[in-house]
Amino acid sequence: MMNTSSLSQKRTPKSILRFAAPQMFYPLAGTLAPWCAGIAAVLTVIGLYIGFFVAPTDFQQGEVYRVIFIHVPAAWMSMLIYLAMAFWAAVGLVLNTRMSFIMTQALAPTGAMFCFLALWTGALWGKPTWGTYWVWDARLTSQLLLLFLYLGFMALTQAIEDQRRADRAGAIIALVGAVNVPIIYFSVQWWNTLHQGASVTPTGSSMASTMLAGMLVMAIASWAYTFAVVFWRVRSLILERERHTDWVGAEIDAQEGRS
Amino acid sequence: MKPRTKRLALLGGAAALFVGAIALVLTAFQQNLVFFHTPTDVAEGRAPAERAFRIGGLVEEGSIVREADGVTVRFAITDTAQAIPVTYRGSLPDLFQEGKGAVVQGKLGPDGLFQASEVLAKHDENYMPVEAQYAIDKAQAQAQAQAAADTVQK
Repeated sequence: MMNTSSLSQKRTPKSILRFAAPQMFYPLAGTLAPWCAGIAAVLTVIGLYIGFFVAPTDFQQGEVYRVIFIHVPAAWMSMLIYLAMAFWAAVGLVLNTRMSFIMTQALAPTGAMFCFLALWTGALWGKPTWGTYWVWDARLTSQLLLLFLYLGFMALTQAIEDQRRADRAGAIIALVGAVNVPIIYFSVQWWNTLHQGASVTPTGSSMASTMLAGMLVMAIASWAYTFAVVFWRVRSLILERERHTDWVGAEIDAQEGRS
Repeated sequence: MKPRTKRLALLGGAAALFVGAIALVLTAFQQNLVFFHTPTDVAEGRAPAERAFRIGGLVEEGSIVREADGVTVRFAITDTAQAIPVTYRGSLPDLFQEGKGAVVQGKLGPDGLFQASEVLAKHDENYMPVEAQYAIDKAQAQAQAQAAADTVQK
């Protein structure tokens, strides 16, 4: 097995790639996580305030449209996190880096949470507007498939004892499932669906500006929340997986000595 | 070739094949993935005749008629090219309005009347304050009045 420290000595020691080593990423994640959590908390308060008190009543749906401030950021995040997992899975399969598989593991529960939140708020929104909690149209069905992919990823990686095999099997699910993400996103354009088209696209939006502002603030809050919980989860995964190394032993001794 | 370059090439090749396979499957199932048919599809006989299906479109302006029993509603659903008459017994969603989107599920009768068993409202992706819609309506009404006045003058 190749020694990580000898590898990083060959490169410039200040390279950002040094954080690919769990030992280096552990303290960085520990420093960044509380900041991200703080930003998430502040932006959630601002976003919900705009959403519930500043944004006007919708001409068509009345007050019920305010679900959008949670529904859309959650749905965006659920798709984005899956793509991030697929990215780290590919990096892990090609470069055999330890951190990349830890990243996929750390991202999955948060992605599943946002995916469930998007489906749940969508059902609650659908009843008063469409007249039904659920229909099997392309958008809703592909989003449900995304939830099953998340759950399948977590179940499979937990079920396999051998860590290397579990990581590789999970990486395959993450990569194969990634094809579903563009299907979710474009489903409302490719097929007739009950779900309406996208209000916000790269070229513009069809929402009043305060409504859009509230939704974007909530979206950034979701990003910050994701970074915070993923950093914390990455830290405990690093300790678990590197528990046989000297530095983790020293780290645990130091933490137990402090408390 | 370095082992990691080889792995990258293998992964890229497998991904390309997989995406191609999915694209073929989606193209093959294009018809089945349709949640609703348009009124034009139905008028041209492209909708399934025997089994239940859905029609999506706009509720035609001025077409909603409540029958004497109070629970049966008749309306027409249109894509502005074709309109299909629909009859439905039951309660309608709040957003069901003339000129707005709707999806109806049911069977097409031999007389061309669509017997709906379920009516869903389909709203669009526009969100704006009530005042903005009011302003738009007013501007449109003024433009129409102006156009009418112009034709009278000619």
